[in-house]
Amino acid sequence: MADPFPMKREDLLRAYRTMRTIREFEERLHVDFARGDIPGFVHLYAGEEAAATGIMLHLNDGDRIASTHRGHGHCIAKGVDVAEMMKEIYGKKGGACQGKGGSMHIADLDRGMMGANGILGAGAPLACGAALAAKYRGKGEVAISFVGDGASNQGMFLESLNLAAVWNLPAIFVVENNGYAESTSRDYAVAVDSYVDRAAGFGLPGVTVDGTDFFGVYEAAGEVIRRARGGGGPALLECKMIRFFGHFEGDQQTYRGRGEVEDLRANQDCIKKFNAQVVGAGVVKPAELEAIDREAKELIERAVTEAKAAPAPTAQDLLTDVYVRY
Amino acid sequence: MARKISIKDAIHEALDQEMARDPSVIVMGEDIVGGAGSPGERDAWGGVLGVTKGLYAKYSDRLLDTPLSESAYVGAAIGAACCGMRPVAELMFIDFMGVCFDQLFNQAAKFKYMFGGKARTPVVIRTMVGAGFRAAAQHSQMLTPIFTHIPGLKVVCPSTPYDAKGLLIQSIRDDDPVIFCEHKALYGLEGDVPEAPYAIPLGEATVVREGRSCSIVTYGMMVHRATEAAAALAKEGVDCEVVDLRSLSPLDLDTVIESVEKTGHLVCVDEAHPRCSIAADISAQVVQRAFPSLRAQIEMVTAPHTPVPFSPVLEDLYIPSAKQIAEAVHRAMSGAPR
Repeated sequence: MADPFPMKREDLLRAYRTMRTIREFEERLHVDFARGDIPGFVHLYAGEEAAATGIMLHLNDGDRIASTHRGHGHCIAKGVDVAEMMKEIYGKKGGACQGKGGSMHIADLDRGMMGANGILGAGAPLACGAALAAKYRGKGEVAISFVGDGASNQGMFLESLNLAAVWNLPAIFVVENNGYAESTSRDYAVAVDSYVDRAAGFGLPGVTVDGTDFFGVYEAAGEVIRRARGGGGPALLECKMIRFFGHFEGDQQTYRGRGEVEDLRANQDCIKKFNAQVVGAGVVKPAELEAIDREAKELIERAVTEAKAAPAPTAQDLLTDVYVRY
Repeated sequence: MARKISIKDAIHEALDQEMARDPSVIVMGEDIVGGAGSPGERDAWGGVLGVTKGLYAKYSDRLLDTPLSESAYVGAAIGAACCGMRPVAELMFIDFMGVCFDQLFNQAAKFKYMFGGKARTPVVIRTMVGAGFRAAAQHSQMLTPIFTHIPGLKVVCPSTPYDAKGLLIQSIRDDDPVIFCEHKALYGLEGDVPEAPYAIPLGEATVVREGRSCSIVTYGMMVHRATEAAAALAKEGVDCEVVDLRSLSPLDLDTVIESVEKTGHLVCVDEAHPRCSIAADISAQVVQRAFPSLRAQIEMVTAPHTPVPFSPVLEDLYIPSAKQIAEAVHRAMSGAPR
């Protein structure tokens, strides 16, 4: 029987593990935040896992990504240590940013993760810079800028599309369109129906995929990334996806339709879709996925335990690392 | 060997020598080559004032003309700095910072701290500051205090060709983001500049004129106004010491305190607006650190709390003058505030 999937079996399991880890991470944060364990603002990626995972499977540590305020999924898919992420979100020493960044600023430059970003659209120029550096290095590396449909209206983002096209940068602009800019509908706030049209307006090829379809994302991302690696220049990739939770934790989501989230969870869950496809094709056994589910749960449980036990930063830490040298 | 060259040529030489020394140094900005994609000369402008003219012939694709798109290219310079390059981005006028400010104060300035110490952002933003060109409200501001306020940024503003070269070389080699402020009225100023590359550490003020009666602390174009005032005052027997801060962040307060301890009088001069200015900052810090040394009130000479006016008559009134500085010295010496 011909292999129905564009990737090896172990990569399918790897993809599943990443998606499951993101889901567990976010579902757990949802609970712990409501309990009051977590300080600050937290924006969850649950429901959107297929996009980060399908794109990041094509990347290596030398490829850079500039993420968003909703960055946990990008971090996990890019290989940032889950325990360090959890410690960071708890504001603890030993966190990915020593407790000085928090959920909205998790970064791991060694993994090519240039940071979640609290400023919408601000990652796009940074990704252009990473792509420019990659171009000078000449090793075929790429940079990916993630924005939501909300930040797709930011001047910084639109300027970056033009700059990337003018300089022919190996940059991919991923619009994670989950239908809402905070509480405001995408259809209200974005004047064009199609991001492909918007990309064309800046001289970039654009492609739209169903962001809940892992394989659709994987194949579309693979194509634009391959082209960028080969010097073919930038592209825009729109992933139409869904948000299981609110804009931030604590959002009552009264702007959403009655039964909307329940329906999405039942019928548009990217992980359920993935399972049905790989199990249905007989390539992966349900027991294998269940084992990964258990491991992901244990991983997150350990991360939370470690985060709670980790020491808080000290008064000395307040004043360090403002400059390399001052 | 030292020769007399202009600040413009000193900056050009610093860029040239650092680009030759370090292949990770790239230079980008609007019209910094000039003529990209145009039918005429490729290296047409070399920057709006010709500072980068000729570098393209030597370094070609390491000089990048940009679209008029400050957020995108300043952000790209910062992003490239996070990925192993040492970009120098030219922002024609500091007034344009408004359109790309996020990339500087929320991105470049924060990475090191916000990412727990892991990031390095060795980027330089070269930008023109100051009034005197009849360029009106949106092309003439100092704005140095705004950047000095922000932790994570360094702010430099040279007043001589020697300092311009040495401070720019240091800024390019520096691992933190630096806002390098070039006063537009000083590009033609000539002075002794050694040909060989040299770096002047950031955060070291210099005493440009020694004196025992009153300290005048300033930076940039105002160093020359202060020196002019000091020369006039000397004829009256008032012996002023002029301190050029050179770098506003980091700030060499020790040199200022040392001078005030010697003279007992202080006049702070700033071409920026008075509120939350460098002059106000120095005044407050001196009061905190050296109050017993002060024999009278501190005087401040700054631009007024107004936008920069266009009319030459008004602009000349706007810019602090040597006469105003001399009057302030008299007030400080007599202990009689205005």
